[in-house]
Amino acid sequence: MAAAGAALAPIIENRLLLPPNAGRIRCSSSARGALVVRGAALSEESRKNRSSALKAVAVKGEAPNLTTAKSGHEILLFDALREGLEEEMARDPTVCVIGEDVGHYGGSYKVTKGLAEKFGDLRVLDTPICENSFTGMGIGAAMTGLRTVVEGMNMGFLLLAYNQISNNAGMLHYTSGGQFKIPIVIRGPGGVGKQLGAEHSQRLESYFQSVPGLQMVACSTPYNAKGLMKAAIRSDNPVILYEHVLLYNLKERIPDEEYVLCLEEAELVRPGKDVTILTYSRMRHFVLQAAKTLVERGYDPEIIDIRSLKPFDLFTIGNSIKKTHKVLIVEECMRTGGIGASLRAAIVDNFWDFLDGRPECLSSQDVPTPYAATLEDATVVQPAQIVVKVEQMCQGLV
Amino acid sequence: MAMAMARWRQRLLSSACSSSSSSAAAPQALLRLASSALSRQSSSRGFAAAPDDTTPFVVDIPVPYAGHRCDPPEQRVETSAKELVDFFKVMYVMRRMEIAADSLYKAKFIRGFCHLYDGQEAVCVGMEAALTKEDAIITAYRDHCTHIGRGGTVLEVMAELMGRKSGCSLGKGGSMHMYNKEGNFYGGNGIVGAQTALGAGLAFAQKYNKQNAVSLALYGDGAANQGQLFEAMNISALWDLPVIFVCENNHYGMGTAEWRSAKSPEYYKRGDYVPGLKIDGMDVLAVKQGVRFAKEHALTKGPIVLEMDTYRYHGHSMSDPGSTYRTREEISGVRQERDPIERVRKLLLAKEIVTVADLKNLEKQAKAEVDEAVNQAKEGGQPETHELFTHVHVKGLKQLAYGPDRKEVIVPLP
Repeated sequence: MAAAGAALAPIIENRLLLPPNAGRIRCSSSARGALVVRGAALSEESRKNRSSALKAVAVKGEAPNLTTAKSGHEILLFDALREGLEEEMARDPTVCVIGEDVGHYGGSYKVTKGLAEKFGDLRVLDTPICENSFTGMGIGAAMTGLRTVVEGMNMGFLLLAYNQISNNAGMLHYTSGGQFKIPIVIRGPGGVGKQLGAEHSQRLESYFQSVPGLQMVACSTPYNAKGLMKAAIRSDNPVILYEHVLLYNLKERIPDEEYVLCLEEAELVRPGKDVTILTYSRMRHFVLQAAKTLVERGYDPEIIDIRSLKPFDLFTIGNSIKKTHKVLIVEECMRTGGIGASLRAAIVDNFWDFLDGRPECLSSQDVPTPYAATLEDATVVQPAQIVVKVEQMCQGLV
Repeated sequence: MAMAMARWRQRLLSSACSSSSSSAAAPQALLRLASSALSRQSSSRGFAAAPDDTTPFVVDIPVPYAGHRCDPPEQRVETSAKELVDFFKVMYVMRRMEIAADSLYKAKFIRGFCHLYDGQEAVCVGMEAALTKEDAIITAYRDHCTHIGRGGTVLEVMAELMGRKSGCSLGKGGSMHMYNKEGNFYGGNGIVGAQTALGAGLAFAQKYNKQNAVSLALYGDGAANQGQLFEAMNISALWDLPVIFVCENNHYGMGTAEWRSAKSPEYYKRGDYVPGLKIDGMDVLAVKQGVRFAKEHALTKGPIVLEMDTYRYHGHSMSDPGSTYRTREEISGVRQERDPIERVRKLLLAKEIVTVADLKNLEKQAKAEVDEAVNQAKEGGQPETHELFTHVHVKGLKQLAYGPDRKEVIVPLP
């Protein structure tokens, strides 16, 4: 473990690093473009950047007022995914996209916009509405060596392809004794949107997490969206990349240079010492919103975007729990059988001795997502609930 | 109803594609072709061909093909003495292998599900005669013989069935999961019908890589009612994928006869806009000709459906006695009238390529080969415990990642 710790040090250097006495709101996604360690005082302008990044969940990304020339370029999340996909398709001719309306239409969320014109109809294949067979087709092609990216127009539709994803994508490498690899990426938007109804608001990470052989990652910012897309395509394992319907218009400045993120690594969003908050996807932004309030009230939460839903990055998570001794999981999955349920079990198994109290979990209600706006808001976790929970935990009331 | 059933049963025995034919038609046809072959042969050469002779000669195919939206191929196929002897040898090995699997299952060396292919050998052997190793094959769980046809060994199959580490999937797959990467054999799939979508994917990759090859997606009459098969046919026809859908119609989907599960049991017509061809699946030469025709079609015009009219002697699997939904007379009737190995034997003897004693020798050799493989497989060890965790993921976990500053970083996980 010691050796591992030493090897881990360089990552933390590169990612974010603030001296202990730095200003209150530490790091946000928009800070990643600059590699320089941020100093103690935070400028007005950078604070404006962060607030616009945080607000982008509810409002379309507004361009922050940048007076100084920075490296990197501003981009919306769907465009970052597209950039990653385009770069990989240009780099490797075996990468191809299969899905409904990905080609001529440009993708229902514009993730594949312009790719069919650039790479042709065979590499950006418009399919009929037959999830079971085109996912199976993607898997069969992957067995021969093609790196297919299968898009589910909504993750919920991939339930129709569950057999293919579970038995063929997940298990073929094992049942063939290692003969065949399935370097497929299955991606699409999921999660609770804005009044999309029960069947279009599903969180499939709950259902697929048990399948052996699959790897699952969830992106939450343009920076990690592009990096994870590239890593997933390059991986020889079947990877499910979970995007969120409401995060596609999130804006951030990302580096111009090429970068690839690690699929199994969690992201330390904000270091702290009072409580560890584990989250992913859209809930990350709710947690950051709650964190503003918490920090004003004097709490110091450590926020980790777990990113890797299968396997969990227990190294980062564990180091954090060892520091704070309290953990709160904020997820969008339902209470029963969600990512939070598995994560709690993993934390209890591995870090029991470091916990002051039980690992807490805020999840969605075990109900089909209703259409009415107020009911839908009540289905998922809201920032106010996160604030209340953290206060209770830090005051020893739970 | 009883009349329809009786007619259907009779069709099984005679394998006529046309509706009227008596059960005596096939052997008579065989005799007719044997005598015509003899006369042709005697006029050309005047002596019997040697067993390793590759000189081609033409043989008539007795049972007519039936085409759907296509003109069926000629009712005659070119073959050679050597090819016929090879057919006999490999089919006999496959037959003995399946019978050995039967005894091993009853002796509890093989557990779980074991689906045997005896009776259907002509399909996979005839296919291989028309294909190359560039072409890809994917099938369902009745895959032991298909694995052999693609270049696997009997030892690999036996060891895999017994769960030993010398098996073709290292003991981790079992009867239903046999694969051969060099032989372009993609399994071995447990869930009925799912392999047809994978087969469309294999063909997609062949088209993508501009290979001059086809993919064969095999499925049974039971799977012919799966929705994903029709989805796969639609997308294959839409994008001109070089795929051949082969329905191995052994007339029973586990315990349910075809007329009880399909409104239209003419499986070669079920492709609708996809052309189809019905082939006597118990005649290895008919299969060879049909698959050759289909390969040409798939490479030039698009997908095609083949229906192989075949029969399995065993039940659906070893857990199924195979006699509750069909009569023993039916099984023995088909064995007598249409057995694929007997057909080749009669042809070989009629053309005086081999003698009865030669064939006995070949049979003895095949039996010895299978027995040897079984004994060797029995001696093989169980997989090591750590193999439980290998091959779940490729390369284990850990990804090489680098940030924008170009430093390579490896994340070690506990």
